[in-house]
Amino acid sequence: MDKLILVLIIVLLVISVAQIAKMYQITGDLSKKREEDVSPTANKINANLLLLFMIGLFVAMIWQMIAFKDVLLPVAASEHGVLTDRLFNINWLILIPAFFIVNFLLFFFAWKYRYDKNRKALYLAHNNTLEMVWTIIPSIVLVFIIIYGLLTWNNIMDDPADDALYVELYSKQFDWTARYAGNDDVMGEANFSLISTQNPLGLITEETVKAKIDELNDEIAKLEKKLEEEIMPESKVKDTKDRIGMRTRQRARVINYLDSGINFSGALDDQVIRGEFHIPVGREVNFQIRSRDVIHSAYMPHFRAQMNAVPGMITQFKFVPTITTDSMRTVLGDEEFNYVLLCNKVCGSAHYNMQMDIIVDSPTDYQKWIDEQGTFAASIGIEIENSVADEEEVDDSEVEKDSKVAQTIK
Amino acid sequence: MSAVSEAHVAEHSHDHSHSHEESFVSKYVFSQDHKMISKQFLITAVFMGIIAMALSIFFRLQLAWPGESFGILNYFLGDRWAPDGILDRNMYLSLVTIHGTIMVFFVLTGGLSGTFSNLLIPLQIGARDMASGFLNMLSYWFFLVSSVIMVSSLFIETGAAGGGWTVYPPLSALPQAMPGSGLGMTLWLISMSLFIVSSLLGGLNYIVTILNLRTKGMKMTRLPLTIWAFFITAVLGVLSFPVLFAAALLLIMDRSMGTSFYLSDIYVAGEALDPVGGSPILYQHLFWFLGHPEVYIVLLPALGISSEVIATNSRKPIFGYRAMIGSILAIGFLSFIVWGHHMFVTGMNPFLGSVFVFTTLLIAIPSAVKAFNYITTLWKGNLKFTPGMLFSIGLVSTFVTGGLTGIILADSALDINVHDTYFVVAHFHVVMGLSAIFGMFAGIYHWFPKMFGRMMNMKLGYVHFWLTIVGGYGVFVPMHFVGMAGAPRRYYQYTDYPMFEGLLNLNVLITIFAIGAALAQAIFLWNFFWSIFKGQKSVQNPWKSNTLEWTILNAAVGYL
Repeated sequence: MDKLILVLIIVLLVISVAQIAKMYQITGDLSKKREEDVSPTANKINANLLLLFMIGLFVAMIWQMIAFKDVLLPVAASEHGVLTDRLFNINWLILIPAFFIVNFLLFFFAWKYRYDKNRKALYLAHNNTLEMVWTIIPSIVLVFIIIYGLLTWNNIMDDPADDALYVELYSKQFDWTARYAGNDDVMGEANFSLISTQNPLGLITEETVKAKIDELNDEIAKLEKKLEEEIMPESKVKDTKDRIGMRTRQRARVINYLDSGINFSGALDDQVIRGEFHIPVGREVNFQIRSRDVIHSAYMPHFRAQMNAVPGMITQFKFVPTITTDSMRTVLGDEEFNYVLLCNKVCGSAHYNMQMDIIVDSPTDYQKWIDEQGTFAASIGIEIENSVADEEEVDDSEVEKDSKVAQTIK
Repeated sequence: MSAVSEAHVAEHSHDHSHSHEESFVSKYVFSQDHKMISKQFLITAVFMGIIAMALSIFFRLQLAWPGESFGILNYFLGDRWAPDGILDRNMYLSLVTIHGTIMVFFVLTGGLSGTFSNLLIPLQIGARDMASGFLNMLSYWFFLVSSVIMVSSLFIETGAAGGGWTVYPPLSALPQAMPGSGLGMTLWLISMSLFIVSSLLGGLNYIVTILNLRTKGMKMTRLPLTIWAFFITAVLGVLSFPVLFAAALLLIMDRSMGTSFYLSDIYVAGEALDPVGGSPILYQHLFWFLGHPEVYIVLLPALGISSEVIATNSRKPIFGYRAMIGSILAIGFLSFIVWGHHMFVTGMNPFLGSVFVFTTLLIAIPSAVKAFNYITTLWKGNLKFTPGMLFSIGLVSTFVTGGLTGIILADSALDINVHDTYFVVAHFHVVMGLSAIFGMFAGIYHWFPKMFGRMMNMKLGYVHFWLTIVGGYGVFVPMHFVGMAGAPRRYYQYTDYPMFEGLLNLNVLITIFAIGAALAQAIFLWNFFWSIFKGQKSVQNPWKSNTLEWTILNAAVGYL
C-alpha cells in the first residue's frame, strides 16, 4: 500500500510538473515577449539565486563535514595508516580552501557583473602576467603534493621486513581463506590444478598430487566409458570429448609436480583458517594475496590497506597493525566492533557480502591462538610427525630463507 | 559525395526555398546532411539518457531501502528480476553496468560529440557540410544499431552484462562466474564494437573537415574554442578507441575461441580451466588506455561549448584564447600517459605507480588555467543569464569541485584507501555526470534555435537548471562521505556490515535528491519536445553571438 501511494505521488508530481510547464508556455505565448530577451528582473533573480546557491552550497558543505564526521572511518589502526591520514588531511587543507575560493570567485563575479544596460563589458582578451600567475601557483602547490604523496607511497610500498609475518589471503567467489606458514615458516606452494574439496587452496604435497592424479584418472576413465556406452547427441559427444581433453591436460600439469623437485613438505604444517583470522599487534604482517577465479580485492579499510587479488598472480601488501581489537572496541565504545576484510572488486552476485573478520591480538594471545590451529596435514589425514622431524633435521636457516624468497618472488 | 554537393548547389540556386525535393527517407532517415545527423544523434542520446537515468533510480531505490519491495521495480523489471518488487542482486549489477555504459559512451560520447561536432564544425568553420556525408550517415547508423543492441541486452533471460562498465575479465570472460557474463556480455561486446566503428567514422570525418574545409581566412588560430575542443576530442578518439577495439576483440577470443590472453590459473564452477599464462591485468592496461582519454573525450566538448556560451553571454571575448588552446592540447596529450592511475592497487610496480602519479597530477595545471580563464571572462563582463549561460557556470563550478577530488585520487598513497569506493563514484559523477552533462544542456539551450529554428522556453530552462544543480550537488557531495567511510562501490546492500550502519540515512538522502533531480529532467523533456514543434520561432541571431553559424538564416528558412 505504501509503495502504491509512493508511485501515485510520483505520477501526480510528473503530471503537475507537466501542467505547470504548459501554463508557463501559454502565458509566454500570450505576452508576445521574445524568448531570448532576458528581462532585467529575470537576470537579477538568477544573479541573486547564484549567490544564494553559493552560500547554500558552502553552508551545506560545512554542515556535512560536521554532521557526517561520525560515519567516517575511525582512527587508522596501522602504522602507515597514520601517514595516509596525515597526507589526506594535508591535501584537504589545500583543496578545501581552493574549492571555497574558486567557487566564490565564480559565483560572486557572476552575481556582481550581471547585466546592466548602462555598463559596457570590459574588453580583455588576455593578460600574460595573470596567466603566468595561475599557471605557476598551482604548479608549485602540485610539486609539494606530488613529492609528499610519493614519499608516503614509497614508504607504504617498501619491501617487507625480514621478521614479517606472512599470511596468505586466498579469495574465491564469495569468501576468503587465510593461510599461515606454520612451524617451518615456509608457505607451501600451490597450484589451481590441485584444487579439490579436501584441498580448497590447491596446496602441493605428495599426497595431494597423488590424490589428484587418481581423481583425474577416475574421471577420465568415467568420461571415456560414458562416451563408449551411452548414445548421446552430437553436441554432448563434443562436450564430453572436450572435457576429457581438459582433464588430460590438467593431469599432465599435475604429474609434472611429481619429479619437479618441489618442496613437498612446505605445505604440510600450513594452517588454513576460515571464519576469522588473527594477527599480532606491532608486528609487520605481509599479506600474500591470491585468487582462484575472478579478480577480487582485499580491502581492509581500518588499516588503510587494499590490494587486488588477481588469478595467476600473487600480489602483496604489508602493514603493521597498531591497535588491538580490544583497544579499538574501547576507543569506539562498541563491544561488537570487529576489523573486517572486504572484497572491493566486483566479483559476482554475492560480491556485497564477501567478508572475513580480522582480530588483532596482543602477541601472547596471538601465539596462543595460532598454536591451537590445526595443520593442513591433519585436515587431509596425514601424520605430520615425520615431516616436521625431517624439517628439523635439515634445519638450515639459509635453505628456508631461500625457499621463502622464491615463494615471494613467485 | 558529389550527389550531396549537387543537391546543395540545387538548393542554393532555388534561393533558400523549400522547392528542393527530397524524399522523406533521404531527408529524415538516411540523411547525409550534418544538421539532420546532429539532430538524430541528439534525439537518440536523449532517449538513451532517459533509459540510463531510470536504471539509476532503480538501483538507488535498492541502496536507500535495501530489500524493500517497490511496485515500480516489479512493473518495469518483472517477476524475473524483481520478484515481489525486490530487486534481484544480479540485476542490480546489470543495472549499474548498463547505466554506466550508456551514460559514458552513448550519452556523453556519442550524444555530445555526435550532436555538437556535427552541428557546429561545418557551420563554425564556414564549410558547406562534412567532408564525407556518407561516412557521417554511417556513423549515426552504427551508433543507432549499437544503442539498440545495448538496450536490448537488458531484456534477455540471463540478464545484461554485470561486471561493471569496465567489464574486467576474468569475470566478464567466464559465463560460469555470473549470469550476466553469458549472452549479455556477448551483446555488450558486439554493441561496443559497433559503437567504436561509429565513433571512428565520426572522428575521422571531424578531423578531415576541420583540417581541410575551413573557409578562407579561418586559420587554425582563429577557430572558435568549440572547434578546437571537438578537434582534439576527435584526435583522442581516433587514437584511443582502436585500442579498446583490440581489447574487446581479445576478450571475444578468450570467451569463444579458447585463447588465453587474459586468463590464467582459473578454477571456477568446480573445475580447473585450461588457460595458463594470460594476464587479466593486460586487459586493464588496454581498457584504460582508452578509458582515461575517454574522460576527456567526454569533457572537452563540454568545455568547448561552455567557452563559447560564457563568452557570448558575458559580452566579452573568451579570456586567454591561446592559453585555452594550449591547455586543451596539454590535457589531450597528458591524457594518454596517465591510465595507470586506475590501477594503483592491481599489484603493479610501485615505481611505475609513481610515474603515473606525476603525470596525472600534471593535468591539474592546464585544468586550473581553464577554470581561471573562465572566471576572468566573467570578470567585468555584462552577464546575461540565459539557461545556457547558467548551465555553463554550473559546469565551471562542478569542474572545479570534481577536479579537486581528482587530486586526492591521483595520489597513489591516498588512492589505496579510497580506490573503488563511493569516493571514486562521487568524483567521476561530479566531472562527468554533472560537468559534462551541464555542458550538453548548455549546448542544447544555446544552439536549439539554430537546430530547430525555434526557441526553448526560458523560464522552464531556469527551473530546470536550478532543480538540476541543487539535485546534482545534493546527490554527489554526500556520496564523498559514503566513500570516506570505506563503502565499496557496486555493493547490492550494506546491511551485512555493522560498520556501514551509519550510512543508511546518507543513502536515503542521496536517493531522494536523485529522484528529485531525475524528475526535474521531465521539465527539460517537456520543454525540448514541445519547443521542437510549438516553440516560438527564433530570429537569426538570438544571443547576439559573433560566430559564423549565426550569420546564416535559420532552420525554418531553407538553407539549414
